[in-house]
Amino acid sequence: MGDVLVIAEYQGDRFPKTTLVAVNAGLELARKRGGSCLAVVAGEEVGALASELAKYGVARVIALENPALKNYLADAWAYAIVALVKKLGVEYVLATATAMGKDLMPRVAARLDAPMASEIVAIGEDHTLIRPMYAGNALATVEMDGPIKVVTVRATAFDAAQPSGSAAAMEKIPAEIDAAALKMQFVAFNQTKNDRPQLTEARIVVSGGRGLRSGENFKTVLEPLVDELGAAMGASRAAVDAGFVPNDLQVGQTGKVVAPELYVAVGISGAIQHLAGMKDSKTIVAINKDPDAPIFTVADYGLVADLFKAVPEMVDEVKKLKHS
Amino acid sequence: MKILVPVKRVPDPATTIRVLPDGSGIATDNIKWVINPFDEIALEEALRIKEKQGSGEVVLCSIGQAGWQEQLRTGLAMGADRAILVKSDQPLDSLAIARILVKIINDEKPELVILGKQAIDDDSNQIGQMMAEMLGWPQATFASKIELADGRCTVTREVDGGLETIAFPLPAVVTTDLRLNEPRYASLPGIMKARKKELKEIAAESLGVDLAPRLKVKRLTAPPKREAGRKVASAAELVALLHSDAKVI
Repeated sequence: MGDVLVIAEYQGDRFPKTTLVAVNAGLELARKRGGSCLAVVAGEEVGALASELAKYGVARVIALENPALKNYLADAWAYAIVALVKKLGVEYVLATATAMGKDLMPRVAARLDAPMASEIVAIGEDHTLIRPMYAGNALATVEMDGPIKVVTVRATAFDAAQPSGSAAAMEKIPAEIDAAALKMQFVAFNQTKNDRPQLTEARIVVSGGRGLRSGENFKTVLEPLVDELGAAMGASRAAVDAGFVPNDLQVGQTGKVVAPELYVAVGISGAIQHLAGMKDSKTIVAINKDPDAPIFTVADYGLVADLFKAVPEMVDEVKKLKHS
Repeated sequence: MKILVPVKRVPDPATTIRVLPDGSGIATDNIKWVINPFDEIALEEALRIKEKQGSGEVVLCSIGQAGWQEQLRTGLAMGADRAILVKSDQPLDSLAIARILVKIINDEKPELVILGKQAIDDDSNQIGQMMAEMLGWPQATFASKIELADGRCTVTREVDGGLETIAFPLPAVVTTDLRLNEPRYASLPGIMKARKKELKEIAAESLGVDLAPRLKVKRLTAPPKREAGRKVASAAELVALLHSDAKVI
């Protein structure tokens, strides 16, 4: 009892920070429940990735391999992971609430007939878990019954696991797949062209809202500041709804949750839904011409100004700072 | 094509949510209740598919108390053909909700189930995926485009770092993301017609599914409040403070 299995998501031949966050949360959960933390890397050939993950403090890493797991698909992955969970006899199955984690884990839970807690932000000592509801306006203390429980963790709520200095055992296990039961087919992945840091990994995030007025202004006004600061670019739901930028830049309740060291909100009014995605940032800056915009109630530094004047000035000031 | 659209009643997204002092829930006085915005997108998509195909049926299903009829009538006024309200007064967890919907789906036999990717009250994002697994059906979450042809469905999904396309045979479960469509408003003739449309009520207990919650919310607390900081006069002052005071650039 008390053992935790972490589903380790990867991008190509690397683990994003969000996966190391899952490992750290898994280690904490196992410690508090008196068990061990295991991890699984699923795919076609993932031995090298699994060996890499073995350095991060887990008790054991499994490379779960089958050609049917080459591309992530919910039905095949749920099938293979549930078979592994039953073989291992773990109490918790855990992943980060990324697009993949959100897609996969409820399917895993249903297949295990297990309850699931989504996007937890803390682990209680008394078998409870803490998760936000109502766009973060309430924190729920939840308890789950049953021999197996499924959990996703919010990436910003836990630190990333660090290399432990030793490596755990790595074991390859062929995945059980019933090919006849699988109906989903991968067609294509169109990656957004982006040389900037990823939103969920960046130290600085600069986001634009409806105040930018057009997609063109995101390019000509906001992007120079984003790049001068070496930041990731985000956007409010209003800006996404208006078609200025793609949805994968959306920060908020229904987009990505970020907590960088510096968050700069430009032309964003600060609707509840947006605040839910960034209010845990260390330092928040708001630039808005409306002095009553709700964003100022959470900002450490507020500049009431026309963004079309203030943002280029800020770019110049950052340049000066770099050359001083 | 017959399409089932599960909908949930939630507080209007613009409502300020206050946690009750005893932690038992949220204050519900002065709350305006609406159809979960993502479910509204799902209903719009179902209506567009029916309109494009020139035939078919769009069936709404909600699980809750008698008062939830109001949101189902709104959905009927938007253009759904009929509605089912599964009545339950007890708190239900995601597994129980999914089991109830699976029972309805097995009775109704739709070819497609479309629903929101998450409800904006509990923010769980679980029901679509759980139903798909219980039914042994394919799933496509976070859909920004749905194409149907020859009994197959091709869906573009909003995932981390880009757009993914997957394909599968029907029947299937699809959950909607923001940019799939912009929902219509109910027209006055639509509202008049909705009054005469069928709204069937079923007691959850009569369905013969396990309703005991396995996830229990023990208490709610208000999150720590972030204090507003200082106003600055210029971009120059802002950058200087970020450098010397906050030490973040």
